[in-house]
Amino acid sequence: MMRAATTTPPSGVAEGYRREAPPVTREGEVAVLDATGVYYQQLNDAVRDAIAAGATTVRITGMNGQRYLGAGLRATGVTIEAHGCAGNDTAMFADGPEIEVFGNAQDGVGNTMSSGRVVVHGDAGDVLGYGMRGGHVLVKGDVGYRVGIHMKAYEKHVPVVICGGKARDFFGEYMAGGILVLLGVNTQFPEQPLVGGFTGAGMHGGVIYLRGTVEPWQCGAEVGITEATAEDLSALRPHIEEWAAAFGADADEIMAGSFTKLAPMSHRPYGKLYASI
Amino acid sequence: MQQTFVQPEFRVKIDYDKCHKCGRCVQQCGWGVYDFAERPIPHDEKCRACHRCVTFCPARCITIEKNTLAFRENDNWSVGLLKAVWKQAETGGVLLTSMGNPKPYERIFDHLVLDACQVTNPSIDPLREPMELRTYLGRKPDSVQVASDGAGGFTLAEGAGMANNIELATPIIFSPMSYGSVSLNVHRSLAMAAERLGILMNTGEGGLHEDLYPYQDHIILQVASGRFGLNPEVLGRAAALEIKIGQGAKPGIGGHLPGEKIDREVSATRMIPQGTDAISPAPHHDIYSIEDLRQLIYAIKEASGYKPVGVKIAAVHNVAAIASGIVRAGADYVYLDGFRGGTGAAPAVIRDHIGIPIEIAIAAVDQRLRDEGIRNQASIVAAGSIRSSADAAKAIALGADVVAIGTATLLALGCHLCQSCHTGSCSWGITTQKPELTRRIDPEWGAERLTNLVHAWSHELQEILGALGVNAVESLRGSRERLRAIGLDEQTCKILGVKPAGM
Repeated sequence: MMRAATTTPPSGVAEGYRREAPPVTREGEVAVLDATGVYYQQLNDAVRDAIAAGATTVRITGMNGQRYLGAGLRATGVTIEAHGCAGNDTAMFADGPEIEVFGNAQDGVGNTMSSGRVVVHGDAGDVLGYGMRGGHVLVKGDVGYRVGIHMKAYEKHVPVVICGGKARDFFGEYMAGGILVLLGVNTQFPEQPLVGGFTGAGMHGGVIYLRGTVEPWQCGAEVGITEATAEDLSALRPHIEEWAAAFGADADEIMAGSFTKLAPMSHRPYGKLYASI
Repeated sequence: MQQTFVQPEFRVKIDYDKCHKCGRCVQQCGWGVYDFAERPIPHDEKCRACHRCVTFCPARCITIEKNTLAFRENDNWSVGLLKAVWKQAETGGVLLTSMGNPKPYERIFDHLVLDACQVTNPSIDPLREPMELRTYLGRKPDSVQVASDGAGGFTLAEGAGMANNIELATPIIFSPMSYGSVSLNVHRSLAMAAERLGILMNTGEGGLHEDLYPYQDHIILQVASGRFGLNPEVLGRAAALEIKIGQGAKPGIGGHLPGEKIDREVSATRMIPQGTDAISPAPHHDIYSIEDLRQLIYAIKEASGYKPVGVKIAAVHNVAAIASGIVRAGADYVYLDGFRGGTGAAPAVIRDHIGIPIEIAIAAVDQRLRDEGIRNQASIVAAGSIRSSADAAKAIALGADVVAIGTATLLALGCHLCQSCHTGSCSWGITTQKPELTRRIDPEWGAERLTNLVHAWSHELQEILGALGVNAVESLRGSRERLRAIGLDEQTCKILGVKPAGM
């Protein structure tokens, strides 16, 4: 079988970025990359090269929407700092690294992620945590549509997504496992409801915690809505503490709010839909 | 309990004079047709005519007959429609079935015939002369780069744009069938056969079981909307990755593996809990446009070290424009699945009424990509009821690079097309996870039968090429001049780019 050796290395401009390796400076175990105007392929190659060369922190400056930061990266004990706006599919398929975004992140953060942690010091876009089966994603502010969609847990792998602001429609749609939390404390949309419609539509596993209330019409038919119990809150607390520590917030103050718990009424929501012929 | 109006479809007849009363039929039947009280007593209503008991009865005393119960003649209301109405009136359920569309739509392959050389251009004897079936799956360069060999001649330049292609010994690969819908022994059989044949098997959307790692260079790993069992480890192992958008048997709808089929091993491979339904949403929720598709293609490339990434779609009305978008999005191959393609479970109304024939889709896509000057940028894989080497040859002549076979592989492993995969009780041990049934397939035996099948078809393809007077399958690809239509209307001939016989 023939195989690709590596990325094709054409030069020139692609989608408004230069196909050139970013300037790299090395300070001990910290590699500093200037991503200004650099295409994602060359940027990601440089990140992988820096980690292969022993860097435990990769600091990226001038980040401006480059896609796939840390995509498919298998590395533990490594932190990638992105200063600027992280692009679509940040940490997609990632398995282990810590990615901290000092700015906003675009769509698809933590898409199909296996393990590791993403911290976004800003807002994040749509389909955050799609199909995620492990690791943690913490967002300081608001998130978009279809966040936490089809998250799934397996044995010891339990994905956790905590969003500090508000969310749009289809929050936790098809959710099959994991913990999805919406706090509503850091938002630029104070007039908007905490969460949009179709919340947990098709949900058949995992749990959603909302700091506040939700109307039944906002939720999928498969969702059971209850007030979080003391037991639920004690399970939630370490995650809230992790979020609070990441963003310098007060965990007790957050926990003092009232939490609504959404959980599926069945692990087999469509079990009786069919008749065999 | 309410009396069902639906009468059994089959009658199980036992010749008790010959019967050994050995109980083999009781043991063999996955559907629980037989009770045993001094002799086997069949319950016709459970029979699915899979012939497992017939095949293994030592006395050869069992036969399955159609229930010939008469209804008053009615061309409009077939017996099948009556039964469907009664079943739905009884259950309120969506009727679930499996395998490919069995309805009597026109089969275009059966209206196409191939050419042969006579007198003016000699045919070739493939038994005594070279006959190349080798095929490369993937993007081809826009132009060929050559370099000086230093001795006044030229050689193909390093890489020359072919580096990202997968070499296939024959233009036949195995189509995606997930572990979960089929058993692990079926996956093992397919993987071992793919390695021996120098071709590819395809995991379907259920992930890659670690028992298949030794065959990883011959495996396509699917990325479907459920994203089951995907992590950098398995992305790094597979030879190619495939984004599953749609399936010929159920275009536009998602997948749904019932919790009963999610045992420990399936759960570990899909990385989901045991006993929960494995739901694949109808769309990928990160793909709402061609631009989004491009984003996922390149995400997979980034995460896999730039392996070939294909995109599988169901053949639907606007397939040519969609395929053009897929190629422009950066796919290395486009996998077209016609409306007769099989499935492990689909609503009957979807399977039987949605999609278009693969023959039309191949011709429309090939023509569109040629017209746009991008045909070289991606291979076309065609599937959806490739039933024989003749179908394969016709598909290639219409414009496919490679055909994928699924139903035929299951037939090789014992499937009798009883269309009951969704029940999870396959007596042949194919579409089940029950250990007492799955052990009926020995992977070594399965691999040998699959290898035989593809070898036989490949020899037949060579014979066809020889008759056509060409010595490489490449010379047949898209060569519609070598096809003629019998009994197809003018408009269909035009779409296929095929002349009627006699012209």
